[in-house]
Amino acid sequence: MSIDNSTVKKVAKLARIEINEEEETTLIAELNNILGWVDELKQVNTDNVEPMLSVFNESMQMREDKAESNFDNNQILNNSPESNSGFFVVPKVVE
Amino acid sequence: MNDFENLSISSALEGLTNKKFTCLELTEYFIQRIENNKDLNCFITSTFDKAVEMAKVSDQKIKENKTRLLEGIPIGMKDLFCTNGVRTTAGSKILENFVPFYESTVSNNLWNSGAIMLGKTNMDEFAMGSANTTSFFGNVKNPLGSKVNKELVPGGSSGGSASAVSSGLCLGSTGSDTGGSIRQPASFCGLVGLKPTYGRCSRFGMIAFASSLDQAGPITKTVEDSALMLQAMVSFDKRDSTSSRQSIPDFSDFKKLSIKGKRIGIPKEYMIDGLNSDIKKVWDSGISWFKSEGAEILEISLPHTKSALPTYYIIAPAEASANLARYDGIRYGFRHSADDLNDLYQKTRGLGFGKEVKRRLMIGTYVLSAGYYDAYYLKALKVRKLISQDFEDSFQKCDLILTPTTPNVAFPIGEKQTNPIEMYLNDVLTVPASLAGLPAISVPSGFNSEKLPIGLQLIGKPFDEISILAAGALIEESRGFK
Repeated sequence: MSIDNSTVKKVAKLARIEINEEEETTLIAELNNILGWVDELKQVNTDNVEPMLSVFNESMQMREDKAESNFDNNQILNNSPESNSGFFVVPKVVE
Repeated sequence: MNDFENLSISSALEGLTNKKFTCLELTEYFIQRIENNKDLNCFITSTFDKAVEMAKVSDQKIKENKTRLLEGIPIGMKDLFCTNGVRTTAGSKILENFVPFYESTVSNNLWNSGAIMLGKTNMDEFAMGSANTTSFFGNVKNPLGSKVNKELVPGGSSGGSASAVSSGLCLGSTGSDTGGSIRQPASFCGLVGLKPTYGRCSRFGMIAFASSLDQAGPITKTVEDSALMLQAMVSFDKRDSTSSRQSIPDFSDFKKLSIKGKRIGIPKEYMIDGLNSDIKKVWDSGISWFKSEGAEILEISLPHTKSALPTYYIIAPAEASANLARYDGIRYGFRHSADDLNDLYQKTRGLGFGKEVKRRLMIGTYVLSAGYYDAYYLKALKVRKLISQDFEDSFQKCDLILTPTTPNVAFPIGEKQTNPIEMYLNDVLTVPASLAGLPAISVPSGFNSEKLPIGLQLIGKPFDEISILAAGALIEESRGFK
């Protein structure tokens, strides 16, 4: 398999990362290199092998479905690049 | 003036309890050391006022004979652990001005044990790197480079933490290990680095890279210090869904454990092409030390070792691409303004993330995208199972596994920058234990011809940190240097 510039553009869009032309060229080479390398996994026989999502094998505990918050709005908004009247500010999304 | 240069955590605790010096004296000494060694670039943020304040509290506790486990021990905190009111960057521009309003469980546990925070240590951006060259705040230097008149990398991603302990800027530090980020820099800097079993340390408040692999652990000068710090760091935490409820032992019990009669597995697959010959020699010496202590040495096979690194480079980026989706320029961190929301996301992330992070997010997004999920991500999850199974099978026959930590010693800053895979190969011997969630420790065991340190790695059964600590202590006794 090989990655071309339209794939890199598509993946960058999915990842919400703006890349310039120079980065695009470098990424095509690097991603092909890395994906070519991980391709060797295809030779490993994994018939009847269960996928392993986590090594954690203790049962997870249920908790009450209750909202809990020890923080107030101001603390949270303090880190935001732009806020107004207790809200995060984003560019206009509805016309 | 006391001689603080050769202090370990355990000897400092002794000196403090016997009132040979005060915690404030000790803290001020390290503050001065950090000020005098800024060129190493170990710290992103220093917290000297806080340190002095904490030192005074510790001195009071000592006076009242109410000492806690790490009372008055000045440490460095990897800048991956959120610290309440203290900037936490993960080495990234995108979090350059992020100030958490909560404390990570691991750091909180350390402060509650009396440890003192000198500052937040430098690291590869979002812990993605093996040389501490991807930090937005500049690379860290390995203090041992001066021995060979070269600027050497400290390893990564916990490079600032390792360099700080190695150069005597603090007595111990925290690291996080996803594929080797504690063990590899510890090995490069001549230190002990311990990655506990997955689930031992809470991940709450630890900035996420790859959640199924991330695990916190200590970087220290001695095995005994590692046991002490680990004791303070671990806890069950309901705020981390994969925090273990396994009972927590007294890790200092490693001192009572004899290695005699233990079965030490030597995996033949770790004898990789490109393993440095000096490292091979040290590995052989290590085997002989265990033999003369009465341990049984047996060759074992971990047949899927070769597949571990490619598996890791699918799983870790995939998890990272999900975890790092939160950096959107809206709620915290860097924002690049734009008129359109999508534009804002893309510009913020394009400018806020460094090269290596972007590379991995691209890989992660690709292997999870429609049409490639089965071929890459699902395949890697299955191979992960096989790798884990290899260890399970081997631990039927042996109690511990002894390997080198890295295929090479610390290398000059600027090397291995052209081909990412060359950099990734640093972790080829540490990644398998990470994928299997096993505890592993790197212990300084010898030197190459240039006198640069070489570490050996001990891998243990799940939750058996005590055995790897005991075996690590045996290396310390046998290696013939302090």
